[in-house]
Amino acid sequence: MTPPASATAMSQVAAAPRAELDALDDAALRDALMRMHLIRKFEETAEASYMRGLVHGTMHLSIGQEASAVGSISPLARDDYILSTHRGHGHCLAKGADPARMLAEFFGKETGYCRGRGGSMHIADVEVGNLGANGIVAGGLPIAVGVGMSIKAQKLPRVCMVFFGDGAANEGAFHESLNMASIWTLPVVFVCENNKYGMSMDIAKAMAVANVADRAAAYAMPGVVVDGNDLPAVAAASRVAVARARDGGGPTLVECKTYRLRGHSKSDRNLYRSKDEIEGWRARDPIRRLESELVATGRFDAATLATIEADAAREIERALEFAKSSPDPDPADLTRDVYAE
Amino acid sequence: MPNDVMAAKAAPAAQADATRTLSYAEAIREGLAQAMEADPRVFLFGEDVGVYGGAFGVSGDLYHRFGAERVIDTPISELGLAGAAVGAALTGMRPVLEIQFSDFATLAMEQLVNQAAKIRFMFGGKASVPMVVRLPGGSGTGAAAQHSQSLEAWFAHVPGLKVVQPSTPHDAKGLLLAAIDDPNPVLIFEHKLLYKTKGPVPADAYRVPIGKAIVRRQGRDVTIVAASVMALRALAAAEALAADGIDAEVVDLRSLRPIDTETIVASVEKTRRLVVVYEGVKTMGIGAEIAARIAERDVVRRLAAPVVRLGGADSPIPYNPVLEKAAVPQEATIVAAVRTLMQGDRR
Repeated sequence: MTPPASATAMSQVAAAPRAELDALDDAALRDALMRMHLIRKFEETAEASYMRGLVHGTMHLSIGQEASAVGSISPLARDDYILSTHRGHGHCLAKGADPARMLAEFFGKETGYCRGRGGSMHIADVEVGNLGANGIVAGGLPIAVGVGMSIKAQKLPRVCMVFFGDGAANEGAFHESLNMASIWTLPVVFVCENNKYGMSMDIAKAMAVANVADRAAAYAMPGVVVDGNDLPAVAAASRVAVARARDGGGPTLVECKTYRLRGHSKSDRNLYRSKDEIEGWRARDPIRRLESELVATGRFDAATLATIEADAAREIERALEFAKSSPDPDPADLTRDVYAE
Repeated sequence: MPNDVMAAKAAPAAQADATRTLSYAEAIREGLAQAMEADPRVFLFGEDVGVYGGAFGVSGDLYHRFGAERVIDTPISELGLAGAAVGAALTGMRPVLEIQFSDFATLAMEQLVNQAAKIRFMFGGKASVPMVVRLPGGSGTGAAAQHSQSLEAWFAHVPGLKVVQPSTPHDAKGLLLAAIDDPNPVLIFEHKLLYKTKGPVPADAYRVPIGKAIVRRQGRDVTIVAASVMALRALAAAEALAADGIDAEVVDLRSLRPIDTETIVASVEKTRRLVVVYEGVKTMGIGAEIAARIAERDVVRRLAAPVVRLGGADSPIPYNPVLEKAAVPQEATIVAAVRTLMQGDRR
């Protein structure tokens, strides 16, 4: 699947993009762009810090997938829940996390979201409904079912959105979770971020149907394919799915077709994909694409865009300083939080 | 010392309600009902726990008493169900999940071990997962290799989980209520052979503390440490041994994680001999852990004989009833092992 072909395929399944742009007011667009820049600069900073030996451990960067995270989360309220993946920095920031505490977690510091115990793959921010990234492929899917049961039992007007990759769609947990969410009409939105590869395995070789969303039919829920690099399109699809969940209509499976411009993790030498493919997708960078559209339609001028990007850059610089200057955890506290008292 | 205090406290309470007898299954059901009456966050879910009343009849009429929203029949999806318990617990509920046979927990390992056990720690102590999983386990019912295992040691190996193994109706109810109160994931390994056993059960919603063993029988000569059905076999063996003039002390572990090392050590200090009896496979099992805890203490210097482990055979549980009995310790096995231990001691 080359990028132009997939773009054609997507334009056939996605609704008209201009109407989707018109649905977002200037404040919403500014907020979305700001968050996309924050994610991009956060991850570039994380990557650079790793290269310079400032952090240990691996990381999974979502550079190129920012529209999927920000667009999907855009209709959620503060007390709605999300569950994220190993490639979850974007979801976390989109849900309102403080990049300074995130970067501190990355650096393993006591001031991080998990006090240095979780690292990149386990960042959670329970106060804003972020129930955690997850190091296990498809690990969040069954948990989302329980969150949905909880929301329903407590009669709360909330929604749970669970992110997972194309690889997770081949785990048994995917089947069990979508089935249970559907039979119990749970307020869950399943967002598959199909970035085309489960590590190195091409989804076209790993799955017999063309789209993960095609599987929604087996669970009697709507399955929607959306261009995951088109922020207004993702936001529009998510609004429909979130509204349906909140109104008691049950779950939806949204598939965002996207692409990670970086490797799977730090060990990736890109042996399974071509430079041309990567460059083709780079031309569809979701941030530059939204910016061009905003200028072309006269919504924002170039100076406004520059200000937003500069604001994001400053925030990440502040976050880096905070992370670097924060203290390490005390080994004496190692087992303190294994059990709740 | 603490074990004697526990025994002294437990005995009069049990005697006060001695006229009221329930089966192990009824005691669990009563505990579930009392927890659901007291706290709207508590719900029971699992395969066939509703209309059917549970594969072993534990949930019984709870579906009719509490309705389909609090006693929830589920698809056969152990992994999904364990994850659902995690999600519900994380967001304010108190789920109780029945995994129909403890063997099927193998299908749910990911959620139990990677998620439930670790979430609090990974999140830096900023969340808790107050869920209970009930797991009917053990051999002796002719259910063969995939419906008869004793996998409790697997879970007792995992930091973040708590693991209990009640041997009496009294403890089955009290440990369940303590588990539902507990802010951590607690796995209750119930024994299928015990569901119909009867014993005194107070009517009030009492708790049996997690992490505390109990001395079921005082003795001078040898300490037998066991849990669940093995604790009952150890007690029966102790009576048989008394006829030989061997006075065995029986420690019922009740909890595997956390384990009550002090009660075991205190007993062995007194008797200077230790036999550990457990149904799980002997190799790399609970017996090794307990033996090691004794070996790490000063009491090891005063042992009158080597520690004896009586565990399950290094074999799957067989179907044939003769073989099945041979695969795990029986009363006669315990009696014979203790006699040999005492003879070796004299020699």
